[in-house]
Amino acid sequence: MGDAQPLKPKEPSGRASAPLSPRLVWVDDIRRTVARLLVEANVAIGEDVLNALRQAAEEEESELGRDILRQLVANYDLARRERVPACQDTGLTIVFLEIGQDVHLVGGDLRAAVDAGIRDGTRDGFLRNSVVGDPLGRENTGYNGPGVLHVDIVPGDRVHVTVACKGFGSENKSRLKMLTPADGVAGIRDFVVETVDRAGAQACPPLIVGVGIGGSFELCARLAKQAVIRPLNRRHPREDIRRLEDELLEEINRLGIGPQGMGGIRTALAVNIEVYPTHIAGLPVAVNIGCHSNRHMDAWI
Amino acid sequence: MFLTIDPVLPDDAAEMLKAGDQVMITGELLTARDAACGRLAAALKAGDPLPVDLAGRVIYAVGPTPAKPGQVIGSAGPTTAARLLPYLEPLLKAGVKALIGKGDWPPDAATLFARYGAVYLAAVGGAGALIARTVRAAEVIAYPDLGPEAVHRLSVERFPAFVAVDARGADLYRQARDRWRRGR
Repeated sequence: MGDAQPLKPKEPSGRASAPLSPRLVWVDDIRRTVARLLVEANVAIGEDVLNALRQAAEEEESELGRDILRQLVANYDLARRERVPACQDTGLTIVFLEIGQDVHLVGGDLRAAVDAGIRDGTRDGFLRNSVVGDPLGRENTGYNGPGVLHVDIVPGDRVHVTVACKGFGSENKSRLKMLTPADGVAGIRDFVVETVDRAGAQACPPLIVGVGIGGSFELCARLAKQAVIRPLNRRHPREDIRRLEDELLEEINRLGIGPQGMGGIRTALAVNIEVYPTHIAGLPVAVNIGCHSNRHMDAWI
Repeated sequence: MFLTIDPVLPDDAAEMLKAGDQVMITGELLTARDAACGRLAAALKAGDPLPVDLAGRVIYAVGPTPAKPGQVIGSAGPTTAARLLPYLEPLLKAGVKALIGKGDWPPDAATLFARYGAVYLAAVGGAGALIARTVRAAEVIAYPDLGPEAVHRLSVERFPAFVAVDARGADLYRQARDRWRRGR
């Protein structure tokens, strides 16, 4: 996703490319991978975010803002060194699995394996039990699962596992709006900036803002999630999208919210956009707000 | 400025604190976030006895991670305070003198802090590992079934925070935004 979409469908290639036998992948390998990534993501904040925070600490004009940014860098250094969670909100675990279509998963139930991985990682990494088993009954499940699982079937014979830990201080400030084609880029701009403005100090700025544009109601929200976990040093392949990201970032940083909402010129570290084709009648836009501890990690099996 | 809480906030302290002041807190905090505040507020409404006297106390909105062996507490940074708005007035009425969390509140909250002569202190959100180092002792004292949301008694030393809403209703977040806003 994210590349310019072709205007006609790709032809699936013929039977000649089929492998003689599928590659077996044990779901227990997926369990262990999820557990390991969950712990690592929580103790070791990505270099991309750390670099962005260090740079922001140099550029921030507010003295208090600079002080806060330096504290955040010190916190992340400490967490890495002592192997403790950087933040006490170790998040709702979001797992993306891209499963090669030549893979045969064996040895148990995939979803159960993912949740067992979340349980193991939470125990091994001393993470917080942050999940209630029912949104209305609100009893803590006591193992930090279940997580949210997104599965895609892709070409190939490997499995790509991405684990994101999403804190809810920022998740709560996310929004989606079904714009109309006439609203255009101006409408997108207004909605994104308004969403960050409403998030204000509560979502742990400096933020990483993930924006999904297009698709359907549910895909748009997922695009925004994929945007928020895109590494900050991996820019969008399309030049016009990169320009929109830059313009939105500049506008957001004029809001004055600043680090932790205490004023300044660094309200966001990045705006990441992902796009997908949509209906002739629609222009869905979703904004997934990410806090400064944008935790995610991936691996191949 | 140094603040000592033993285990209540000194009578004149709330009056002296001004929005924007940086404070270092030493003494005793009670932890309560969404679920515990909900239970405390429900008990107050029903006239049921509270598990702990709230008069003069300081509440820290946090749900820590479990302590690793050798640690007093796991990571323990503040959670978003604004979610506690429905419980704020009952807690202040019961005598809570300061609340520690992160992020701003809707405008009504400043009026409540002023009415009850209480303050809102903001800690740095996301600095959970750093803040945990200021905690010298931790013990669950109520609602253990809530897990990380149980009420803990924390003993802290030089816990860093900012006065974000003072007892006159001045709001650091609003001041900051007025000063730094350039667009819209």
